[in-house]
Parts: sequence; C-alpha cells; structure tokens
Amino acid sequence: MAGYVHAHTGQTSRRASRLTEPPIVRVLLIAAALGFLALFLVLPLATVFIEALSSGLGAYVLAIREPDALAALRLTLLAAAIAVPSNLVFGVCAGWAIAKFDFPGKQLLTTLIDLPFAVSPVISGMVFVLLFGRQGVLGPWAADHDIKIVFAVPGIVLATIFVSFPFIAREIIPVMEASGTQEEEAARVLGAGGLQTFFRVTLPNIKWGLVYGVILCNARAMGEFGAVSVVSGKIRGVTNTLPLHVEILYNEYAFQAAFAVSSLLAFLAIVTLIVKTVVERRIGLSAQTEAGAARPQAS
Amino acid sequence: MTRSVLPGFRLTMGFTVFYLCLIVLVPLLTLPARSATMTWDAFWQTISDPRVVASYRLSIGASLAAAAVNAVFGLIVAWVLVRYSFPGRRIVDSLVDLPFALPTAVAGITLTSIYAPNGWLGQLLEPYGIKVAFTRLGITLALVFIGLPFVVRTLQPVIEDLDPEVEEAAASLGATRVGVVTRIIVPYLFPAWLTGFALSFARAVGEYGSVVFISGNMPMKTEIAPLLIITKLEQYDYAGATAIALVMLVLSFSLLFAINLLQGWTTRRLMN
Repeated sequence: MAGYVHAHTGQTSRRASRLTEPPIVRVLLIAAALGFLALFLVLPLATVFIEALSSGLGAYVLAIREPDALAALRLTLLAAAIAVPSNLVFGVCAGWAIAKFDFPGKQLLTTLIDLPFAVSPVISGMVFVLLFGRQGVLGPWAADHDIKIVFAVPGIVLATIFVSFPFIAREIIPVMEASGTQEEEAARVLGAGGLQTFFRVTLPNIKWGLVYGVILCNARAMGEFGAVSVVSGKIRGVTNTLPLHVEILYNEYAFQAAFAVSSLLAFLAIVTLIVKTVVERRIGLSAQTEAGAARPQAS
Repeated sequence: MTRSVLPGFRLTMGFTVFYLCLIVLVPLLTLPARSATMTWDAFWQTISDPRVVASYRLSIGASLAAAAVNAVFGLIVAWVLVRYSFPGRRIVDSLVDLPFALPTAVAGITLTSIYAPNGWLGQLLEPYGIKVAFTRLGITLALVFIGLPFVVRTLQPVIEDLDPEVEEAAASLGATRVGVVTRIIVPYLFPAWLTGFALSFARAVGEYGSVVFISGNMPMKTEIAPLLIITKLEQYDYAGATAIALVMLVLSFSLLFAINLLQGWTTRRLMN
C-alpha cells in the first residue's frame, strides 16, 4: 500500500513537472520579466518625480506656477477639450454605422479609421503645414481671410484631433458589435424614438467601452509631442503645450523645472492607468455576469 | 443592404465619412499630391542623399533591434503575467501600458537623464566604456520603451486562450516540457508574436518625441528620419521634407497592411 501511494505521488509530480516549468525556470522567468519592467518602466517613472523634487518642494511649486507653464497647461487642456469631444461624437457615429448596419466596404472603413496610428507623429503634424502653411494648398486663401492656422492654436487643435482620432472609435466599434442589434430593434418595435433608443438602450451597454476610449484618447491628446511640435512654432506662452514646454525647459538646461512640468504629465499617465485598470475590471465583470446570466436561460 | 428598423444610418455614416475625410484623408493626401509636383529626379536626389539614406538606415535598424528586444522580453513578460502568480502581479500588469500613457517627451528627457554620462545608470556604465545617451544604443533603448506594450498585449490573450488540456494531452503522451514548449506553445503563439513584433517596429520607425532627446542628433550618425523631416521643414525645404515623409508613409502603410494580414492569420489560428 505504502509503495503504491509512493509510486502514485511520484507519478503525479512527474506529470505536474511536464505541465509547467521547473521551479527554478519559473523563478528565473519571473525575475527576468520583473527586472526588465523595473529597468524600463519603474525606474523612468520614479526618476521623473525624484528629479522634479530634487531642489525641494518650493522650487517644484515655483516651476509649475510660472506663467508660461500655466499658459502651456491651459493650451493643453483647451486642445484636449476640443479634440476629445469631437472624436467622441465621431466614435459614436462610426460605431453606430459600422456595428449596427451592414454595408459594402465596411472593412476598408475600419482600416481607414486606424490610419492615424500608422502615421509618424511628425508626418501627422507636417500634413497640416503642407495644407495651411504659407506655401501650402490653402495657405494663400487662409492668409487672404486673415485666418492663422499653422503656428497658431487652430493648428495645434487640428494636429491633436488627428493623432487622437482612432482611440474612441476603435474601442466603441467592437463593444457595439458584441451587444448586437436585438435590444435596439425591440426598443424600436415597442415605440421608442431613435435618440431614446440610443440613450436608454445602446449607451448603457457601451458606457464602459466609451470611458475606456475617452481616457486613452485624452492621454494621447494631452501628451502628444511630435505632431504638435511641427505645427506649433513654439511661441512661449502662446502656442506652447505642456509637452512642448518640457522640451523648451530641458533645452535651456532648466532640468528641475522640466521635470516638475513633466511630473504633471506623469501624474496624468498614472491616473490614466488607474482608470484604465478599473474600467477593464468592470468590462471583465460585466462580461462575466452577462455570460452567467445567459447560461441558465440557454439551458 | 438589408433594411433595418434601426434609424440613423445615413446620418451617422455621412458624418463618419465626412469627418474621416476632413481630419485624416484630405490632410494625408496633400503629401502625395505635393510630391507629385516634384520631378522624379529631384525626388530621387532628395531621398538618395547620403544623410537621408543614413537616417532611414538608422530608423529602420534601431527599430528592428528594439522590436527584437521587445519580442524576447515581451514573450517572457506576457507568459509570466498569464501563467504564474506572484505578489503585485496586477499592478505590474497595469504598469505595462505606461509607455502608451506617458507623453513621449517626458519619456525622452527621463531616459536621457538616466543614461547620460552623469546619470544614475550612465555613471555605472561609463567605466566599462559603454555609452548609452547620444549614441545608437540610446536610440534603441528609447524605442524599446515605447514599443514595450505591443508584444505583451498581443500575446496575453493568446496565451490565456491556450488550453492547458492540449499541453496535458501532450505531456500524458510522453512529451517533455521542453518538447511541449517548442512543438506546441511556440508554434501556437507565433502569429501573435510576429504581429506584436510588427506593431512594435511600426511604432518605433515613426517615433520622434522619446528619441530626439537621447539621440544627440548628429547627422549621418544619430539622426533619425523623423528628425530630418523636421529639420527640412524648419529650413522651409517643404519639397525635401515631403519626399522623405512619403517614403516613410509608404513604409508605414506596407507595415499596416502586413499587420492586418498577420492579425487575420492569428484570428484564424484562434478559431481552429
């Protein structure tokens, strides 16, 4: 009996060792993964805050409350306040058209929406210079009407909209596709109007996908550097966004101030990651409860 | 198209196409339209200039190296996050997206200050003759940072989807763990792995913000292609900038096309 038990446990442990890596390999893999992430993620993030506070709290507050920094903050918030709602309206429209209806060319449209992701940020900014710059296609027209787009705030807003364009749409489309059209059709048959159907039936289904897209879109809109840098002209206090202000301070060797302003953006990144994690958990939970609710009905 | 009881197709479709054209397609089309006004000779002369060729070579080479590093470590990170449990796993999992959330300029100045000759790590590497900041190694490092999430995030769902029963079956038929990994797991993950590599590479080729601080920007040596575009724009050489950009745009779109094919391959693989 004892021999049998012994042989049995021996066999299961051998089986188990075939199903996963030996402990030493596991420890080494975890160490490699954590070491890599510590070097590339934790160390830079910590550096931002350490450098920002390297001259004490007083210098930190001073760098952030400096008028040019505040002007940059205002412009960053303004650009995001225009770009995110515009892309939200677009995302909802694109989601509704693509997920709820069938039409030829749907795949092509979805690919075109992702296009700004494939374009270098520098090129994203440059196309607006080619379009509205002094030598640009619409440049003479804009100059005649005294409209300043490039090297002014409108150009920054346009470039911001361009680079943050796909985020909301690409989150909403799969969520809307997953929830199908039956609920909306039922609402319509029961006499609900179009907008009523959207706000009462569709919106509750997609709200977490919406939040997810908005938070990613906002992070990109506020943090964009390359595209905005090309169209901005970098006039201090006028066409400087926060990331551009970081560059100017850094190039002037005002390192502590550069990191102080950076810490605001790093803080935004951390908030983005936290909200993202919470929303992902919500989406995961709602998918689970839906699956849980669907199962008894099916059986 | 079948008639639907749902309203708003014309309105939403109309707005979608209008906004897409206004914000993305028309601006992007100015690039080929603009370069069409150049003669072929002028175009060729711009892009075959040794300084431009060196910048393409650097952008592509450093991006390939960074994507390769991310492919190796991304696989390890994704595997560890899905299969093993250890304290802080969820926080680590959330942190992987940091390069998406952290503005590139912030990443750029931070990496530079860490790896500069007087920086925390630069100081330690200096005695061994390893220079990171203002060299190609520094550029690659910055590109590793910004491409890091792609391989991890494309592999994670595929590893989650990998049924342990298949591994169990192979093991019960006598396969060793090494055999299971090389014969079953790696072939299964391969399409997604390649997709992650391509995404990471595509992102790195066009990257500007995180690289421009650490690269030192020396012509022929550490000057990336996006920076050269900006230099030309600042000199009001719009034709030159357009020519360099067009080549990059063609490269980016070919990559996008390849990635779409790869993703199709991955989904087909997952469905079978």
